[in-house]
Amino acid sequence: MTIIGDIVAVHCGREGPLLPILHDVQKTLGHVSEEAIREIANILNLTRAEVYGVVSFYHDFRKEADIRPVIKLCRAEACKARGVEALVADAEIAAGSRVKIETVYCLGLCAVGPAAMIGGEVYAHLTAERLAELVAIS
Amino acid sequence: MTVRISDDAVALACGADAVAAAFVAAGAEVERVSSWGMHWLEPLVDVDGTGYGPVSPDQVAAIMGGTAQSIGRIEDHPFIAKQTRLTFARAGKTRPTSLDDYYATEGWLGLAKAREIGAEAVIETVLASGLRGRGGAGFPAGIKWKTVAGATADRKYIVCNADEGDSATFGDRMVMEGDPFMLIEGMAIAGLAVGASKGFVYIRSEYPHAIAKMERAIKACAHLIAPFEVEVRVGAGAYVCGEETSLLNSLEGKRGEVRAKPPLPALEGLFGKPTVVNNVLTLVAVPWILTHGGEAYAAFGMGRSKGTMPVQLAGNVKHGGLFEVAFGITLGDLVLDIGGGTASGRPVRCVQVGGPLGAYIPPSQFDLPFDYEAFAAADALIGHAGITVFDNTVDMAQMARFAMEFCAIESCGKCTPCRLGSIRGVETIDQIIAGKDVEKNLDLIADLSETMKYGSLCALGGFTPYPVMSAITHFREDFVVRKTA
Repeated sequence: MTIIGDIVAVHCGREGPLLPILHDVQKTLGHVSEEAIREIANILNLTRAEVYGVVSFYHDFRKEADIRPVIKLCRAEACKARGVEALVADAEIAAGSRVKIETVYCLGLCAVGPAAMIGGEVYAHLTAERLAELVAIS
Repeated sequence: MTVRISDDAVALACGADAVAAAFVAAGAEVERVSSWGMHWLEPLVDVDGTGYGPVSPDQVAAIMGGTAQSIGRIEDHPFIAKQTRLTFARAGKTRPTSLDDYYATEGWLGLAKAREIGAEAVIETVLASGLRGRGGAGFPAGIKWKTVAGATADRKYIVCNADEGDSATFGDRMVMEGDPFMLIEGMAIAGLAVGASKGFVYIRSEYPHAIAKMERAIKACAHLIAPFEVEVRVGAGAYVCGEETSLLNSLEGKRGEVRAKPPLPALEGLFGKPTVVNNVLTLVAVPWILTHGGEAYAAFGMGRSKGTMPVQLAGNVKHGGLFEVAFGITLGDLVLDIGGGTASGRPVRCVQVGGPLGAYIPPSQFDLPFDYEAFAAADALIGHAGITVFDNTVDMAQMARFAMEFCAIESCGKCTPCRLGSIRGVETIDQIIAGKDVEKNLDLIADLSETMKYGSLCALGGFTPYPVMSAITHFREDFVVRKTA
C-alpha cells in the first residue's frame, strides 16, 4: 500500500470521506499533489476534476509543499480594532523569505488581539516587539 | 487550597500554562477549568473562589502567600453578577472534559427529561421556549425541528454548525473548549426529537483546541448518548462554510458552494436527507430548556426575542469577553457600562454588531435594545451577537473597503453579485479613497449594494452591503473628505 492508499483506507468507510482524507494527506505530506489527487480520485471513484475542485476550494490545502514556518496572523475586524494593521509591515520585513506570515480571519481571540497562531499554539496581546520575537524563534 | 486556571484558548494565548506550571512548582493543587469569560483578566487565577488577574508567573508566590491584590470573589465581580447565565452556568467552574463535574452541575438532566417525555413533547417544549437560531438568522428552532420530525426518511441528521468564522465571535469556541458535554447533550436531545441517529459537529480548522476537547468529550460520553452518535468534522479554512448549505456540501466532501433554497435542508439536507442544522449556541440552550421548562426560558427576553443571548464583547473594548444576558439590554449598556468603553481610552467611534456582515453603528444609536426586530428596523442585525468596538482612530472608508475585500476573498463563487460585485466594490471604494469622482462612485456603491443584497444566494454577498452602507451612511465624512490623500 502507498501512503495515500493507507490514508484513504482509514477514512473510506465514513460518510463523506474526502475532507478527512485531504486533511490527513496535507498533514502527512505537507501538500496535496497532482499524484495524490489522481490516486484519491481513483480509489473513491471520483473524477480528478472533482477532487481537484475540492482541493483548490479550501485555503487549508496546498498543491505545493512550503517548508517555511507559518505564523497565522489574524487581520479580521476585532484585531484591526486592536491595532494589528500597524504591525504587519515590520513583521513582513522581519519574516523575509524565511518565515511565512499568513493572514487568517479570526482565531476566536477577539477581545485579546492582535492574535496569532503558530502550529497549535496561540498568542495574544501582540506588540511589534512580541511579533518580531515570534518571527525570530519560528 | 485549590487553584483553578482556565485552559481555553484565550487563557493559553495569554500565558496560562506558565502560570499553572508555577503554581504546581510551588506545591499547589491546580485544576484546569473552563474560562469565566472575563478575557481582559486572563490568565485569571481562582483560589477558593477569590480571583487574581491577569497573573504572570512571578506573582505566584505572592498569591500563595496571601499578599497579592485580588479582584475579590469572582462570582461577585460586576461583570459576572450582572449576567443571567443559563447556557454559561458552568463557565469558570468545571473541568471541561470531566464527566463527574458535568453530572454534579445538572449535566444530562435535559436528556433524561427528553427520554422521559418523548419526541413530541420535546418539540413542544422547545417551541414554548421561543428559542431562535443563535447563528444569525434567528429562525425558531422548534419549527425547524418539527419540520425535520415530520419528514419521512430512512436516515436523518443533526448537524451542528461550529464554523464560527465571524470576527468578534467566540461563544461557540468557549462552549466547545469549556463545556463540550453540554453541546453533545443538546445534539442528542435534538436527535431524539426528530428521529436522527447521527450528528456531525463541523468545527473550523482554526480551532484546534476546540476540536481536541470535543473529540475527547465525545469518546467519554458515547455510552450515555447511544444509540445517538456524534462525530467531529474539521473545516478547511473556508469562511463561507458557515453558511448552512455550503457547510452541508463541505461535509459531503464537496466544494463548499452554497445551494439554492428550496429545498430546505430540513427536508433535503445532508446527503439529501432531512437535516437539522443548528448553531452551537442554539443547541446548548436546549438542555437548560428541557431541565427547567420552555416557559421558564421564555420568561427572559423581550418581544419575540426570548431567553438569553451570550453576547461577545470584542475589539477595542476595556472589558472584553462573554456576557450572557436576557434580550432587551441596550447596546449602550453593553458597550459603555459592561464593556467599559475602549481599551485605548479614546472615545468610541462605532461598533460593528454581528460580525463581518453586520452593520456599523454609531453611539447616537446606542439606545437600541438587543432584540432581533429592533435591530432589523434600524437596518442592522444581531447576528451571532458579537460586538466589535472601535475608537476614533478608525478609518471607516478602509473598513468598508475591507468588508468588500473579505467578501471577494471568501466568496464561494457560485453567484455573480457576490463573486464579481465584491471585486468591483473594492475597486470603486479605492477610487473614492483616491478622491476620484467621489459622489458618482458613492452612488455606484449604493447601486451595487442593492444588487448584492437582493441578488446574492446567501448572506455573504447579501449582507456585505450592511457594513459598507452603514459606514457610508453614518460616517460619510470619511469618504468625502479624506484625511490623507
